[in-house]
Amino acid sequence: MTNLAAIKAEAARLRGIFEAAGATPVEPPILQPADTLLDLYGEDIRARAYVTSDALRGEQMLRPDFTVPVVQMHMEHGAEPACYTYSGEVFRRQEDDPDRASEYHQVGFELFDRNAPEVADARVFSELYKILRPLKLRAATGDIGLLTAAVSGLQTTDRRKSALMRHIWRPGRFRALVDRYSGRAPVPESRAALLQAEDLMACAAPLIGLRSKAEIEARIAALREDAAAPKLSNDDVALLDAVLSVRANSVTSLQQLRDIAVDLPSITPSIDKLSKRLDALSAAGIDVSALDFEASYGRTQMEYYDGFVFGFYAPDRPDLPPVASGGRYDALTRRLGEGREIPAVGGVIRPGLVLELGGAS
Amino acid sequence: MSIKLGVPSKGRLMEKTFDWFAQHGITLGRPGSEREYAGYVEGIEGVELVLLSAGEIPRELRAGRIHLGVTGTDLIREKLGQWEQVVDEMKPLGFGRADLVLAVPQAWVDVNTLDDLDAVAAAFRANHGFRLRIATKYHRLCREFLRDNGVADYQLVDSQGATEGTVKNETAEAIADITSTGDTLRANHLKTLEDGLVLQSQATLYRARGVDLNTVSLATFEALIQRLGIN
Repeated sequence: MTNLAAIKAEAARLRGIFEAAGATPVEPPILQPADTLLDLYGEDIRARAYVTSDALRGEQMLRPDFTVPVVQMHMEHGAEPACYTYSGEVFRRQEDDPDRASEYHQVGFELFDRNAPEVADARVFSELYKILRPLKLRAATGDIGLLTAAVSGLQTTDRRKSALMRHIWRPGRFRALVDRYSGRAPVPESRAALLQAEDLMACAAPLIGLRSKAEIEARIAALREDAAAPKLSNDDVALLDAVLSVRANSVTSLQQLRDIAVDLPSITPSIDKLSKRLDALSAAGIDVSALDFEASYGRTQMEYYDGFVFGFYAPDRPDLPPVASGGRYDALTRRLGEGREIPAVGGVIRPGLVLELGGAS
Repeated sequence: MSIKLGVPSKGRLMEKTFDWFAQHGITLGRPGSEREYAGYVEGIEGVELVLLSAGEIPRELRAGRIHLGVTGTDLIREKLGQWEQVVDEMKPLGFGRADLVLAVPQAWVDVNTLDDLDAVAAAFRANHGFRLRIATKYHRLCREFLRDNGVADYQLVDSQGATEGTVKNETAEAIADITSTGDTLRANHLKTLEDGLVLQSQATLYRARGVDLNTVSLATFEALIQRLGIN
């Protein structure tokens, strides 16, 4: 166990590097209002964050990350473009793995910039990359925006597309939806019966609760519309699978995606962005032919990132969580900004893990 | 030192546990007044009866203050993180059977599966501005089940009793609760989802893994498990 004083010193050193790169230091409070985080992340956050309460402020959470308070702070009174750094503890409940820390330090770098998002992506990645280079970590990259673009290009109804987009972060449910839309999975008997029923609302029981008759009727209408819509074609399923299974170095991945885009042109703008991002990374001195790109990367994390995603892993220590991670979270700023939004990208390093792996200075 | 056996302190669960032990020639009982929570054990030496609320038995097993305990599978899995490492499931006792199920209003004719619930949760959130509420006291079990099944846009609201009434009272849209016959659900105009079985629970005899029985009484323990027909 690396001692706390050493971790704090390392955190201060890393924050100093980010400050030297132009970031303004910020210090968000440890206690965060629980309702904001719950609304954003849903119940999953309760399993991951410590919840406490008092009679005045109600439920509060010990900050599970810095991103949400930094975004809120920026949306309230930040100038643009802006670049922030922070360091401090985050708190995560661990219910299943006693070896994972429930309290650890993070040092972050967040960039809010409307211009040239790919350049901003590359800047955040390369700031972390430069710091971590002595540790010889494996960097994994992906792009959630590529996946949403692939879904949007499918020849199917808008309703199906939005259902698929909603579940990009839940691969199991995503696959189940694809199977049903393509006819590979049978329609449940009860639904088939409902679709054939003469009197839709035939039910002896009274309607209780907040969900109204109109909502039930709207859902039945949607189910009928869906049943009448043509199946998702095998070609489309194959294209989607082809995108999801791209996994190679970035240069090869780019070529593979260009090949897929011949039949799925909706991903072309995303590929162009990927290409620009790789150019910007090369310009920052990173060898992109040795940088992994994995289209499915980031799908099992919290639904938070919606573009470029990355993580740094110790190849000889599969027991350790990522030493650093980050990505683009434009949608989060939209949700927190009450009508306003700003493209944003950021990443965090765990100084405790940096030291455990031998230090990066 | 004697082996401490924790048993639910009231109701059918206590009576059935007493019956089960009696079938194996061990008499458990509560002396005198109904209010007294000390018990006696006859038919085997060196075993002490501790009467506890069924809900506290998982905690006492983890703390090692009791060595054996009878409680529901549901309570062990809800209350103990990494329960397999904390307790050894020695013997399902065949009573106290109950299912933890997800239930929605019967009038939701369009909802029969988790897939439906998930779709309805998305629409509900868009229409009402908050996540569809599921009332339960089994937070962990429910959350893990819904996560494993890819259901989103819901929230759990705590309900420690009369959970079936929460939908009518408009404090929840759906519930996750224990049912054995489904009568209470039906009486409250609710129905279970076809694939909404979270857990099948029954009364089970557990051993605390944290206690080294050598230091307690290995001979008594071996005599006990032989009598109970556990190999």
